[in-house]
Amino acid sequence: MKSLKIILNGLIKENPTFVLLLGMCPTLGTTSSAINGMSMGLATTFVLICSNIVISLIKNLVPDKVRIPCYVVVIAAFVSVLQMCMEAYVPAIYETLGLFIPLIVVNCIVLGRAEAFAAKNNAWYSALDGIGIGLGFTFALTLLGAMRELLGTGKVFSLTLFPENYGALVFVLAPGAFIALGYLIAIVNKMRKA
Amino acid sequence: MGYLLIIIGAVFVNNIVLSQFLGICPFLGVSKKVDTALGMSAAVTFVLTLATIITYLLQKYVLEAFNIAYLQTLLFILVIAALVQLVEIILKKVSPSLYQALGVFLPLITTNCCILGVAILVANGTYKLPDGMEANLLTGVVYAIATAIGFALALVLFAGLREQLRFANVPKALEGTPIALLTAGLLAMAFMGFSGVV
Repeated sequence: MKSLKIILNGLIKENPTFVLLLGMCPTLGTTSSAINGMSMGLATTFVLICSNIVISLIKNLVPDKVRIPCYVVVIAAFVSVLQMCMEAYVPAIYETLGLFIPLIVVNCIVLGRAEAFAAKNNAWYSALDGIGIGLGFTFALTLLGAMRELLGTGKVFSLTLFPENYGALVFVLAPGAFIALGYLIAIVNKMRKA
Repeated sequence: MGYLLIIIGAVFVNNIVLSQFLGICPFLGVSKKVDTALGMSAAVTFVLTLATIITYLLQKYVLEAFNIAYLQTLLFILVIAALVQLVEIILKKVSPSLYQALGVFLPLITTNCCILGVAILVANGTYKLPDGMEANLLTGVVYAIATAIGFALALVLFAGLREQLRFANVPKALEGTPIALLTAGLLAMAFMGFSGVV
């Protein structure tokens, strides 16, 4: 029961993008299409799960004063693993996401969960928390990516819904990222209060 | 001439915040007042320039020399974290007044992705250069400083806009972050006008 609660907590109640407003750089930078947003979300989920498990296992070995640098090293190690795997197996996605893959190290969501959850709970619950928060992030990025892709080019996951000429290209470009996310958060705020 | 093009390119055309989406957290977090925005920009400029020089040298003389380039992410983030601590300690001793001004912002900089982002771009030589120029330490440093100026420009402009927003009558659902993001979107649109200049 508690396991399910932890996963749902990350997905809805503490959704990292819409509620906690963490990790804004990849949220804005990689959501020019639904597939890009989803790949970025899944990449972050992988790092989040692995780092949460390892940090909850080593939490009693690490002195309190140097815990942040230690956590960062663990996270950076998994990001390097991810970088090499992606470069080898999905080079096209690795190329599009570019700089944002190594920048998962400084994504506040990952360090935030390490500090707020993994440092206080056992490995099993930390893994579930990683899955929940990661999927919440993936969901938010996919939604934003789909919204921008649809408004900008009339497609979702490269599936044409209306002709490209009717799209507003600005949503695929930089300003559209800010505007689309602004309205999405406004809608979520409205729904949470209602 | 070439250096001028790098500067214009990094400040206006490919603004780090408004078109490359790096450093959004401080952009949204410390932009409520122009004063704090200036303090944050100064701290970022300082650390960004130093971090770029050090990471570039490490990349050339340690990572590439010993053929361990895959450790880049790990090494850079540690170096930046240590550098921020070092800068904080030195400033405290050497210039207490500057420390007073930058103090609160320094620890925040470790997790500012524009520092690590620019360090990686410069070390890999994948930043935008005018035709015919080579990526070396000098162009890298010019690029880093110009990027920091671009960050400062975006942050200060945005803080000015947000100060005015306090007097605006904003719909309830849009209050706080959503309206800030919409404002940033309009600012980004204004900066898009520069595309094609360089």
